[in-house]
Order: sequence, then structure tokens, then C-alpha cells
Amino acid sequence: MTPAEADRFAHSAAAYVHIPFCSAVCPYCDFAVVAGQDHLAERYVSAVCAEIDRAEPWRQLDAIYFGGGTPSHLAPGLLGRVLEALANNHGIAGGAEISLEANPEDFSIDRARSIRHLGFNRVSFGAQSFDDDVLVALGRRHVAQHIEGSVDNARTAGFDNLSIDLIFGAPEESERSWEDSLERAAAAEPDHISCYALTVESGTPLGRSVRAGAPAPEPDVQADRYETADRRLTAAGLERYEVSNWSRPGHECRYNLTVWAQGEYEAYGNGAHGFRDGRRFRNHRRIDAYMSKIESGESPRSGHEAISEWDAELDRLFVGLRRSVGVAAGSGTETLLATEEGKALASAGVLAENEGRLVVARPLLTDAVHRSVLALTPPNVETDGNA
Amino acid sequence: MTDQSRIRNFSIIAHIDHGKSTLADRLLEKTGAVTEREMREQLLDSMDLERERGITIKAQTVRLDYEANDGQTYVLNLIDTPGHVDFSYEVSRSLAACEGALLLADAAQGVQAQTLANSYLAIDAGLEVIPAINKIDLPAADPDRVATELTGIIGGSPNDVLRMSAKTGEGVDDLLETLVKEVPPPQGDPDAPLRALVFDSYFDAYRGVVCYVRVVDGNLDSGDSLRFIATKEVHDANEIGFLRPKAQPVATLGPGDVGYLITGVKEIDRIKVGDTVTSDRRPAPDPLPGYDEPKPMVFSGLFPTDGDDFEDLREALEKLRLNDSSLMWEPETSKALGFGFRCGFLGLLHMEIVRERLEREYDLDLVATAPSVAYRVNMNDGEVREIRSPQDLPEPTERRSITEPYVKAMILTPTEFVGPILELATSRRAVVGNMNYLSPERVELDFEIPLGEIVFDFFDILKSRTKGYASLDYEPAAYREADLVKVDILLNAQPVDAFSAIVHRDKAQDYGKKMTGRLRTLIPRQLFDVPIQAAIGGKIISRETVKAKRKDVTAKCYGGDISRKKKLLQRQKEGKKRMKMVGSVEVPQEAFVAALQVDDEL
Repeated sequence: MTPAEADRFAHSAAAYVHIPFCSAVCPYCDFAVVAGQDHLAERYVSAVCAEIDRAEPWRQLDAIYFGGGTPSHLAPGLLGRVLEALANNHGIAGGAEISLEANPEDFSIDRARSIRHLGFNRVSFGAQSFDDDVLVALGRRHVAQHIEGSVDNARTAGFDNLSIDLIFGAPEESERSWEDSLERAAAAEPDHISCYALTVESGTPLGRSVRAGAPAPEPDVQADRYETADRRLTAAGLERYEVSNWSRPGHECRYNLTVWAQGEYEAYGNGAHGFRDGRRFRNHRRIDAYMSKIESGESPRSGHEAISEWDAELDRLFVGLRRSVGVAAGSGTETLLATEEGKALASAGVLAENEGRLVVARPLLTDAVHRSVLALTPPNVETDGNA
Repeated sequence: MTDQSRIRNFSIIAHIDHGKSTLADRLLEKTGAVTEREMREQLLDSMDLERERGITIKAQTVRLDYEANDGQTYVLNLIDTPGHVDFSYEVSRSLAACEGALLLADAAQGVQAQTLANSYLAIDAGLEVIPAINKIDLPAADPDRVATELTGIIGGSPNDVLRMSAKTGEGVDDLLETLVKEVPPPQGDPDAPLRALVFDSYFDAYRGVVCYVRVVDGNLDSGDSLRFIATKEVHDANEIGFLRPKAQPVATLGPGDVGYLITGVKEIDRIKVGDTVTSDRRPAPDPLPGYDEPKPMVFSGLFPTDGDDFEDLREALEKLRLNDSSLMWEPETSKALGFGFRCGFLGLLHMEIVRERLEREYDLDLVATAPSVAYRVNMNDGEVREIRSPQDLPEPTERRSITEPYVKAMILTPTEFVGPILELATSRRAVVGNMNYLSPERVELDFEIPLGEIVFDFFDILKSRTKGYASLDYEPAAYREADLVKVDILLNAQPVDAFSAIVHRDKAQDYGKKMTGRLRTLIPRQLFDVPIQAAIGGKIISRETVKAKRKDVTAKCYGGDISRKKKLLQRQKEGKKRMKMVGSVEVPQEAFVAALQVDDEL
């Protein structure tokens, strides 16, 4: 994808819908999710629809993303109500990407058909691995065969834009099993593959067991695995367009491209984050708090911040530099490259300048760049005077 | 004025925690110097740190009236002494103000090295030493064994050793009687010109410097014009008095009296402990013996973690010095640590106490460099240079030789630990001398050892190898030539001055290995490989590498949650602020502290 194509998503309008329900919570998961609360599904969807109805009318949506949680866990009728609310309030542009996260264990052909019928046109499978032992270690409830079956079901139901998520670097995984997963994932011929390094978050069961002495993922091993992934996926005809994302050209996730290009996106549901009209905002993370706010007619927001011009410039770098195309030169990139840290990053080959753009040439070190970006001060503003 | 025949001046010599302060409190109570209502636990240890660590740093003094069994009332001047070796100069000044000393030992723990050292000081000073055993109420008390140890030191029969419990009060009456009987009365000449010993001083924010004095000959009258012989200064006696323990002004301090003297001097440096005070109108021809300037023996660089705190550190040091004239410092600049001070201390405990007070009372975050000693360098041109910091060591081509300070060390230990102690001592280049059995179970080991070998971690290792039973004391001995080298530590080819050390050539390899190994675990991975080297001159003796970091990225920027990710990175960034840049390498502050920490390996 060309820089110009990527940057055009700055003008897209997108929406994120959070569906927190899961059949079980995976031990590494740090998201706003609930398990065993399916009886709340109807009430929750009503709340989400109410939130959409109350939102300021907006442009037509170019990309919609149902994330979770496990959106595919929800009855298709409930998913349909949400889509309808979006269509009613915002409108959905012709050819819009309408994406949904799904788990392989229950993506039956019937479910696939129903969901396709509602208008969803992209499915992202939480496959994570094709090694059954690793799947057990990750606390997943499917086996490798389910993934291939789900992909078949999706195709049969008419989906022509499919993605597979993989997680690498679990202590139980070997280089061999990771290569195997990559091979089987590529053999399923998805349009898009995301590879995420297993991350130990505090407050999760995984975080607790690691703190208690269980083996943690090794950063160097994860670096090896990442490089293996990039090699294999590139050989399979996929292109890396973001730190953790590869796709067939033209099949990049448009919702994500919108976020990374600093386009605007609405956000609905508990724990959802949005960016619209120059403000970033977030909803209450707990499902009960979210619902009761909505039901009593209050705002479900737990916080928001106005983004100043300089903040916007920093955000442009912050989100944009995760992309392979990087960002166009501007006051932020110039300021960054003038700092000691920026120079050190450039001389270590982490940052590279290329045809009027700044890119992170070593994506595994993106956070090092991000920390330096966050420390930048506006070029024409005096600091404490003791510089 | 008090009749000298009814004055008894004495000190208590005891190890930390052996009950000196409790006993002092009991004496105050028994003699009615304080009512029970006024009684604070351990009244005499008034500094917070002293109370907390149970050690006495500044000598405290109190005058007690005691009506003895013979019907007479005696004045007992208790002159408290610092319990630790680092303050042996102060101990010896306090002892010089007394005729007797009570040697107090814990009934369970027995005599400790510092007590032994201080007893020898008392014996050398010609004091009557009265042995006593405290804490006989403890379940683990073994007073017979301890009595044997005590008489092994000062002679006499174990049966004559006093036994008491300062806590319960048992035996304290006997002690008071014994003090009256055994401690000789002062024998000053009331008609001679005034001679009084300044045995301690402290700074009072309102009154200025308050001196503790012992009048030896003549009279010290309020309003007198006084001459301080060592400093050659003349000041008026604005106020004199007794310490009961509150200040009680009097008109005259006569021979044998102990009390305080306020002259209005505001600068602690202008009054020297150990100085002799005489009358300006009728000066004594000779001072009292033994004035000596206490010399710092251990040096360490103190640097504020936050460079902005430099002035605060200077102010704090100045304030501490108001009450501790032995504390010395000069500004020091380190490439790695910025601006700070090279401080001189009397010893290890002194260093630790100062650091702790700076951090606790003045709320400073400090990095201290490895303690060093004062080396003397014989230059090619015959000049002798004293250096207190490894950075100042002249190049090998400019110097003929280096000498280093040795100390006479004494370790008191249960006999079962003699083997491990000798092994430790010889590994530290000690020359082992006498072994003196105090009792069949306890032995005193004497040896000479380079001070530089004990300043770092010797004490901790000694404690762990002897399960805490051995105690150590030392005093300065001679300078001796040694084959010493400076080991530099280089990060990414840049020497880090804070890690340089002067060590014996035979130990250089070990030091280099230890430091590079430690730093490898302490320095976070950077964007590039960071070689860590130890070098003598241009020669690399040890090398480790911190491999470049390969992965530093959040896998997923979930659902557009940019604020949260920013917050996380912001926090990591805050953590980085505490990094010091050494060349292009970021070194966390903790690395400096941890790398310089004492050995935990045995």
C-alpha cells in the first residue's frame, strides 16, 4: 500500500462496537470482557443501541468493527440490531468494511450465513495457534481443525475478506510449532494475518502466575518468532503494513487504517475508545456501570480529552509510526530528529527517513520511538528556561 | 562548690544494646534526678537515630546526687560515652574526664570487641574499671561465664563482679555503693590556675556552641575571660552550670566538677573537643595532655540522585556539621554522577550514620560511591601526595610507590569461628598476630590489615560467617607500601569514574569480574550492544556485554485505546528520568547503588 493510500484514511469515518461477552476468559486477556453473563446480552445490546441513537448525527461510516470479547458469541439477531442502529443514525457508506471478530469453536455454517446475511463482510478469527498444545496453554477452547473448518464455513457463507489472528512466543511454543502455525495459517489463504506477541499483563491470570514464578515469554525468542513470521508471510504473498499486521495488497483492515491515519472513529459499548471532533473519549469499562449510566440517561463516558494542535501532531506520529509507510515529515518529525534521543534512534537504524517520510525501520523497537515522541516539547515553546 | 572527696566521675563502657541507656535511666530515677513522670524511656539517647539504632553518638552527661549508706551525699557525674569504635576519639576524651569506668557486659552475649577496645582505653587512661554484668534476668543469661571473661580482661575474681538488671532495678543499689567506694575522688589543685578539659560540645540553635567541661585544677567562674589553649581563642564564660540533666546555671565550677560552658561562640569549628580551657588573666603554663585532631579515615563521594538537590545536600551537610565537627567534605565532580561531595568519615559506622541522616532527616536521595581510604603516593620527584579518591591517583609513570593505611584490628569471637575468620582475614591480606583466650569459649584475635580491605564489606562477611557472634574493632596503625592498581570500569569504552577503585594487584581481576558481572545484570539493554570492561591502564582484564535489545513494542494498540497506551509509555518514560547518561548509555540510578553494594556472596 502506498503512503498516499494509507494517509487517505485520515478522512474516513469509522465506528467501533465493543461486545464484551465470551464463553470463557482467556488467561492472558486484558480487555473489558465478561464470561457467563450471556443473560445480560439483550440488555447490553439495548444499551449500545441507545448510545448509538443518542450520538450526534455524523457522516456515513466507511468502516465498522465489532471487537470484543467475542462478537460471534452473540445471537445474530442482536448483532443485527446494532448494525441497524448504526445505519439509522450514521448511515453506512456503500462498500463499507463491516468487520467482526469470531472464535473458531462455534463458527458454524449456519451462524456464518446469518452473520453474512446481516451485512458483515469481513471476519477476523481468533485462531492464535495451530498447535493444539499451545492452544491449551493459551486457555483456548478450540483445536486447530476448528480454524480450518471456520474458514471454510465463512467462505461457503460468502465472506471474501478473512483474517486470522495468531499469538506467538508462549513458553510452550517451539520455533518448529510456530513455523507450522504460520504455514497452516497461510495455507488457509486468508486475506489478512495479525501476529501478536504474547504479552503478560498484570491483573490477568497469566500475570499472576508469572509473578508466582511461571515461565514468562522471552523477548529475544519473541523477536526471533517475529522475524520468522515476517519472512514466512512475505513469502506467502502477504505484506506487512503495520507492526503486527500483514495482508494481501488491498485487504488491509480499513477500520485500523483509519485509527492509524488519525481518522475519526465513534466508539460504542463498555470500555470502548473513540476519537471524534477533536476529542478522544472512553466509556466506562465495567459492563454494569456502562449499562446503568445509559439506562439512567447519563453519559457512559468515563473520560475524554481535547486534542490540541501539538497533541494532534504527536498523535499523528504516535499512531502513524506503527505503519510500514510511517508518517509524512512535519513539525513533529523534525522536532524528534533534532533531539538526542531521536538522533540516537536514527543512528541505531531504528528511525529512517525516506522520500519525505519518517519510518520505523525496526518495527520491534517501535515503543522506544514512541517514548521519545511522548517526551517531545513544541518547537517554539520555551521550556523551564534552563535548557 | 563541691568538696572533691565527695565527687565521683565515671563513664559506662558497654556494647550497643547491652543496656547502658537503661542503666543510666535507672540511675537518674534512683537518685531522683528526674521524677517518674519526666522519665522518658532512655532519656540520655536523645537523637532519633540514636534511639532507633540503640547507639550513642554524642556523649551525654548528667550530675546525680546520691545519699550513700554512710549517710553522706555524693555527687556522681555520669559521663556517657559513644559506644562505637568510630568515635574512639570522643570516647577517649570522655574517659579523660573521669576517674572510673563501669564496664558493663550483657549476661547472655558477653564482652564484645568494641567494649574490649574501650576497656583497654580506660585501663590505659589509668581509670578504676569496675566490671558489671547486666540483664541477669534474661533466660539465656550466663553470668558466671561472662564474669570469667570480664576478669580475664581486667583481672580480679569473678565472684566480685557486680550482677544486676537495669531493667528490673535488681543490683542497682549495690552498684551505686560500689561506685562511691571504688571510684577515686578527683584530686585537683584548687589554688592552681584553671585547667578544664572540653570533652564534648554540641550546637544549640539559641545558645550557640555548648561545651561540656571537666574542671581539673582551679575554679571556673561565671563571667571569667577564658583562653582556649589549642585554638588560641579567648571567650567569656557567659554561663556555666550543672547538667541535672536539665541545665542549672551556677556561679562556679570547682576542681573535679563536670558541667557545661556557654561562651556565645556560634561556630562549632572554633571549639575543639579535647582542648584545655584556662583563665586569660592567669593562664596555666601547660595544657592537659592529649589534644588531637580526629582524622577522617574513610572517604566516599555523596551525590544527589537529582542534580537539582546539590545545594540542599550542601546545606544538610553544613547543618550536620554543627554537631559533628569530624565530618569533612569537599566538592567533587563525577562524569557519571554529576556534582556532589567527597566526604571524610571517622569510620564505617560514622559514614553510614551520616548517609542515613542525610536521607532521612533531610529527605535527600543519594548515591554513594564505594568507600575509599587515604593513600599516600610517593611521586618520582620525592613529593608525597595523599589521595582520597581513585580518580586522583597519578599515572604509574609519575609515581614510585603507593602506601596504604593499615589498622590494628581485633576480633572477639566464640572459638568455633576462629578458622573461618582467619581464612577471611588472610584473604584480605591481614597479618595475623596474637590469639588471646578470654575464656575457654571466647578468643580475641589480633591482626594488622589494610583499612582498604575492610571498608567495603568485611564487617558484613564477618557477621555472616560467624552467625553474628564475632565483633570487630580497629584502630589506625602505620602506612605500608603495597602493589596497588587502579581498576577502571568502562561502559561502551567510556570510563565511569564512580566505579573506579584502587585495589591490590592480586585482587584486580576479581574486582573487575565482579563489577562487570554485576553491571551486566543491572544495565538495561540499549539500542546497541554495550561492552562493559574492567581495565588497568589500557589493559582490559574482564569483559561482559549487554546485548542490544531486540524487542520493545506493544503487540497491539487495542480498539483505538491510544490514551491508555500513552499513559503506559509515559510511566516508562518517567522511570527513565532516573537514568544517568554515561556517554550514550542509559544507566539507572539503582545500578550505581546496587553495583556498589556490599557482597552478599560469601
